[in-house]
Amino acid sequence: MTAETLLTWARGSAFDWAIGIFVFGMVLRLIEVLSLGKKPDLAEGRGSGVKGGLKTIVTRSIPRASVFAREPVRITNGYVFHVGFLLVLLFYGPHIEFIENLTGLSWPALPGGIIAGLGMITMASLVLALIFRLRNPVLRHISTVNDYLAWAVTLLPVLTGYLAYSHAVLPYTAMLALHILSIELLLVVAPFTKLTHMFSFALSRWYQGYQAGYRGIES
Amino acid sequence: MSGPSVEKGINFIREQIDAPVASFFSSCVHCGMCAEACLFYTQTGDPRYTPIYKVEPMRRLWENEFTLWGRIKSTLGIAKKVTEEDFAQWEELVYDGCSLCGRCSLVCPVGNDISGMIRKIREGFSAAGYAPEGLIGATTRAITIGSPMGVRLPALKAQIGHVEKETGIEIPLDRAGAEYMVLLSSMEIMNFPEYLQAIARIMRQAGRTWTISSKAFEATNSGIQIGASDLARELVQRVVDAAEELGVQTVISPECGHAYTAIRWEGPNLIGRPFKFKVRHILEVLDEFREQGLIKTRGKEQARLTFHDPCQLVRKGGVVEQPRHLLDLVAENFVEMTDHGAMNWCCGGGGGVSANERADELRLKAFRQKKSQLDEIGVETLVTACANCRITLEEGLEEYEMDIPVVGLTETLAEHLVEEDQEGQG
Ligand code: SF4
Ligand code: SF4
Repeated sequence: MTAETLLTWARGSAFDWAIGIFVFGMVLRLIEVLSLGKKPDLAEGRGSGVKGGLKTIVTRSIPRASVFAREPVRITNGYVFHVGFLLVLLFYGPHIEFIENLTGLSWPALPGGIIAGLGMITMASLVLALIFRLRNPVLRHISTVNDYLAWAVTLLPVLTGYLAYSHAVLPYTAMLALHILSIELLLVVAPFTKLTHMFSFALSRWYQGYQAGYRGIES
Repeated sequence: MSGPSVEKGINFIREQIDAPVASFFSSCVHCGMCAEACLFYTQTGDPRYTPIYKVEPMRRLWENEFTLWGRIKSTLGIAKKVTEEDFAQWEELVYDGCSLCGRCSLVCPVGNDISGMIRKIREGFSAAGYAPEGLIGATTRAITIGSPMGVRLPALKAQIGHVEKETGIEIPLDRAGAEYMVLLSSMEIMNFPEYLQAIARIMRQAGRTWTISSKAFEATNSGIQIGASDLARELVQRVVDAAEELGVQTVISPECGHAYTAIRWEGPNLIGRPFKFKVRHILEVLDEFREQGLIKTRGKEQARLTFHDPCQLVRKGGVVEQPRHLLDLVAENFVEMTDHGAMNWCCGGGGGVSANERADELRLKAFRQKKSQLDEIGVETLVTACANCRITLEEGLEEYEMDIPVVGLTETLAEHLVEEDQEGQG
């Protein structure tokens, strides 16, 4: 198989399958959660559950001062990773083109050099996250093979993307094929690991926020 | 009723898994931040006390039975099942190592209500027979005698007699049609009669009618702490029956945190219908009186003092500003601890931990969190609004040889009442 046929496959049926599994998996997870239902709260409320739910979806992105003070580096690193990853994903020219082909939507891109820099920062934050996971007693205790799998499939697209951009190893076509395949791997794995949180975070924040809003308590 | 068994325990845990729980487990990213919020971890450094780890058996059950991947693993026989050994191993984490303080739930970045899940998993542990002796005893006494500490009506009547003699105010027992029905915690009846005294004086000044029911005067709900909803329901029902029989408008939960969330939030959900009366914490009522100008005070405490927010009031009850308004009336030198209010640290004795002698050593270790908060600001008096916090704080302070008296907010307020019409009556 040549690099070209690999790229064609990666862009073609492999991509369709990956997206299919991703969407099916995520919808399934959502149904698995929602179908369990929730009993109504019969206690006399103080406020609006809906407001509380929506508020918490937003405010939970900001750490509590007292916990931030205990773990400033770990929390900051979490931000760096999420912001870096999203910027690279959404503001690299070819990514935007790809999305435009798919959806017709388009927006201005960031210069390639900046994206490359962001990619490096993102990878550095992932490496740091791994070091924390391996060394922090709490993280060591609660981590499972799942966490390392999720880590690896998140790193691979960033790494292969960077290598393709910088033409460091392998011819461009081959590297690009690997890049796309690594994204497909991420898509396939995501619904069956903690990466589900990319959507379900809104649901869990909503549930806690809803109860808090209704009861008039902090969340 | 059949006795406890592991099978029953697993069934009970399964019953607790609803959409919120499933969303919490789906979202957990294993970031470990919840540990940083939990005094049982911060003060021991033992990662087993990581909040989310305390509900691992529940997570496993959820994965095995409510997710596709888990079901495939279960079918292939490669899923890790929940076993009797797990119950034995986790019992200490679920009861001794958690005061249900709710602090972890406020820091989880994906919004998991971990504290709520620990409350839920206890249903399974108590059904499986894996619960601490101290809590089993308290719950049994609550059901059979009517009080977790074994306080009976004659003891209450004796206390009422003392208070009436001392204040010259009649304490109305079983008075139908009163506005308020006052609940007490056993701890208050036995150790802090000043609370009842304060209530009598404040109610007189506010000109409000109130009563105590001889059938349901106990506020503490051990059924909730141990995680036995059927027993918790029975205890709530007693209060509901008494309140509805007397036709009161509002039931007042005493200076006790868990009692408040038990009757305020869990109560209606346990009996399966809304109450026909309102439930308020005593601090909410007092602050209402203050707003309405029904409380007149004179003079202020000069001591440098701070307020320990009971977890169940501040985090789960939403009673945050009221104690501050009230302290403003009677305290000149009020200072806040760092992390006061919604992020206050637990005293370590909530969630049944103080009723569980086995956990004493761990609880005193965890108390060092409170100690460091107090050391930082150096106060002469510690005010709180929970009899259970109060006992736990007193024990902790004694253990670490800290000479700080602990007082209740209601009684502190009552000490400053202007009681002109009563002058001379003593
Ligand atoms: S803080 Fe939340 S997401 Fe992080 S480990 Fe704890 S429960 Fe999981
Ligand atoms: S509720 Fe409080 S004591 Fe229990 S795990 Fe959470 S932070 Fe720790």
